[in-house]
Amino acid sequence: MNKGKYFAGKVTAILLTVVLSMGIFTGCGGSNEGQDSGSITITNVSYDPTRELYTAYNELFAAHYKEETGKDIEIVQSHGGSGSQARSVIEGNDADVVTLALAHDITSIEDAGMIDAGWLDEFPSNSSPYTSTIVFLVRSGNEKGIHDWDDLIKDGIEVITPDPKSSGGACWNFLAAWDYADKKYNGDEELMKDFVAKLYNNVIVMDSGARGATTTFVENGQGDVLLAWENEALLALEQYPGEYEIVTPSISILAEPSVAIVDENVEKNNTADVAKEYLEYLYTDDAQRIIGENYYRPSNETILNEFADTFDLSVNLCTIDDFGGWDKAYADFFADGAIFDEIYQQ
Amino acid sequence: MKKAGRRKGKVVIPGFGITMGITVSMLSILILIPLASVMAYSFKMSPFEFVKLITKPGVVNAFATSIGCAFVAAVINAVFGVMIAWVLVRYDFFGKRFIDGIIELPFALPTAVAGITLTKMYSDNGFLGKALERIGIKAAYTKIGIIIAMVFIGIPFVVRAIQPVLEKLPKSCEEAGLMLGASRAVIFRKIIFPEIMPPLLTGFGLALARGIGEYGSVIYISGNSEKNKTQVVSYIIMQKLNSGNVDYEGAAAIALILLIISFIMLFAINIVQHVASKRTSA
Amino acid sequence: MKRSREKIVKWLLIGITVIFLLFMLVLPMVEVIYRALKDGLETYKTALTAKNTLSALRVTLIATVIALTVNTILGIIMAWQVTKFDFKGKNILSTLIDIPFSISPVIAGLAFIMTFGRSGWAKPVIDGINNALGTDIVLVFSVPAVVLATIFVTFPFISREIIPILHAQGRTEEEAAALMGASGMTIFRKVTFPHIKWGLVYGMILCTARAFGEFGAVYAVSKARGKTFTLPLEVDALYMSGTADSITQAFAVSSLLVGMAVIVLILKNIVEYRGKSKKSV
Repeated sequence: MNKGKYFAGKVTAILLTVVLSMGIFTGCGGSNEGQDSGSITITNVSYDPTRELYTAYNELFAAHYKEETGKDIEIVQSHGGSGSQARSVIEGNDADVVTLALAHDITSIEDAGMIDAGWLDEFPSNSSPYTSTIVFLVRSGNEKGIHDWDDLIKDGIEVITPDPKSSGGACWNFLAAWDYADKKYNGDEELMKDFVAKLYNNVIVMDSGARGATTTFVENGQGDVLLAWENEALLALEQYPGEYEIVTPSISILAEPSVAIVDENVEKNNTADVAKEYLEYLYTDDAQRIIGENYYRPSNETILNEFADTFDLSVNLCTIDDFGGWDKAYADFFADGAIFDEIYQQ
Repeated sequence: MKKAGRRKGKVVIPGFGITMGITVSMLSILILIPLASVMAYSFKMSPFEFVKLITKPGVVNAFATSIGCAFVAAVINAVFGVMIAWVLVRYDFFGKRFIDGIIELPFALPTAVAGITLTKMYSDNGFLGKALERIGIKAAYTKIGIIIAMVFIGIPFVVRAIQPVLEKLPKSCEEAGLMLGASRAVIFRKIIFPEIMPPLLTGFGLALARGIGEYGSVIYISGNSEKNKTQVVSYIIMQKLNSGNVDYEGAAAIALILLIISFIMLFAINIVQHVASKRTSA
Repeated sequence: MKRSREKIVKWLLIGITVIFLLFMLVLPMVEVIYRALKDGLETYKTALTAKNTLSALRVTLIATVIALTVNTILGIIMAWQVTKFDFKGKNILSTLIDIPFSISPVIAGLAFIMTFGRSGWAKPVIDGINNALGTDIVLVFSVPAVVLATIFVTFPFISREIIPILHAQGRTEEEAAALMGASGMTIFRKVTFPHIKWGLVYGMILCTARAFGEFGAVYAVSKARGKTFTLPLEVDALYMSGTADSITQAFAVSSLLVGMAVIVLILKNIVEYRGKSKKSV
């Protein structure tokens, strides 16, 4: 029996060692935030298509920060669908700042008590340092003759757009189409529903996120037209010269991606000042130019005009306010059993 | 007599208490408690809401797609699995070691890599996709694509379940059958098939269970279109979690159904194995 | 007559097997390598030595090693438990052990978040421990979270390999040894271990393979690229980066994983071969 206990002791010892070694790793994992070691790390939780923008911006900001304070800063990037990124922050993803696709997603973090009320007015232009819009990306030559929303509901047109149920970008796509139908049918809701129903009937692949949809269209050759963020479409033109064309529809929507400081986390990480500076610096001329170079529309009018060749500034843009704000729009269109479910499940 | 022997066994071999303690506590901490949280979330819904959610056409379709495609894939794997196991055990040929070696590749290859690669191969730009398109079959972004991904991840299950049993099966039985004038087909049906039936069921069940819950490899190649019924259950769970209004209860409820399905299937598999091991040891 | 028909059947079966596996297993592997090297060796090297890739490799190795250690110890204990003793609910217990084998990885990730996440019920418990010990343990969106998720998905791999062997072996040897007064550890080392040795190694190899390849469960609990990302997540991030280069880079990192898989499979073959030749001696 004694020997049995010896066996037990040995096993416990081994287990303890394992648990301890896990603890050590745990320590490493947990303590990489904060300003203890001279170099500073902050985490920017963003959405899918901003990968390139923030890679460029982080470099600019790190150089500026080094010059100003003499300290090195490392910015950890986290990208994914806007909704799931917001959820990860609520669940404990240690974001110092969030730069998401929709104000609605930041509101949900606010509702969880992590961001103080009034964040929308904390930075200029509704805390939107850049905007974008929805355009059509078609294959070179535009053989199917796609020029406006009307062309998308024709028989035999294959449309790629992500799933509004899981992608913020897809919500913008839907609302832009809805706004077009609204103008076309003078607000006759039955006809409008019919229009978007036809449009979504032509959708052949519905990815979970905007980036996935772009990859499906560009890399895997699916569909005739991609409903895309303007910045995604311009990026595709740059990456695959001569293969694609952008079609700007007569009506589109002004998308205002928002930024905010995650107050609960910066307090814990002791990064409030640097987080604020990180977001404020987005509005400087240098940063605004980088934003333009990455195909987002700078919020600074003067710099926006410097990029007049890149962006079609004449397009008629509606805003989310035309739908009564995000919370209302979400409830009306994308909640369970709302208009999107109604037209798509027919 | 048997009972007495069992009781004796319990007393004789040391370590029952400690192993039981470790097994149950670690199982609880690592597996059961986290899973219980999922259940707890789904119980926040009233039974009425629960039923309403899981009988929604989108959800029902997703279950039908997942289970249907996983079933077809498991059947394909069962057929080819028996064949592959047979070839590997009974025949000698050049490259056999290589084939034997790569059977576990789907275990080792990350599902995301598998998903991306299969999508590339079978989409209209990929070389297999092009070939298939010429004969009028669209593989990627359809149910066929989902089945291909599920076949891929399920290959090792059936092969590895049957192989050891076939290896043990003495050739003499078959030879005796042959001498008595039975045809190959009869021998297979009457002698070999009953022997490999339990492991075949095990492998089939595991491949099916794995297929039903699969996410990584399926997500890229399925079209995710509710209309074409190419959404799988795992995707619906992610969709509930990623939407603008996060729906934890809904996600947990669907996860619970999946959990129950996999538990039942594993339980059945364990019973099959138990019965089979009793029979062979008797 | 019969002979020749048998030959035809033989080669037909071999042919079908080879074609099936060629299409399902070999071609995807070739595709990965081809895409990885499409833009030349220079791009390939850059992709593999990128900071994010190296960090992902580190996290992957940490998670794999810890998961392997924990699961090996637990796997042996659980297999011993389930085969050497009789008790009520044994079937249910062994089914529960197998649960991660067939569970959707999405649920695994969800489970950890709902338990240890900021709004999970176990969060106050963790906070309490942290306060008491002065530690800073975070069990979601961190390296430990990746480790936990990896342990979860590979939990049954080793016990599943050993249990059938122990079943087949029976208990008489251990009982005899115990009656002669051997301790539990001695019995295990001298009597049980030689039987399960090769099965154990085989299980460990499968566990390793699955551990570095896991995607779904880890994806749910790891969000910071360059910090907590594993190689499969890095592949996804590169694939989603949307530039023509990054797709090639995604396949380059994938090819690293394929390489690791192939090494593991070769190891497995050596183990199997030695296991079999030992048996026949």
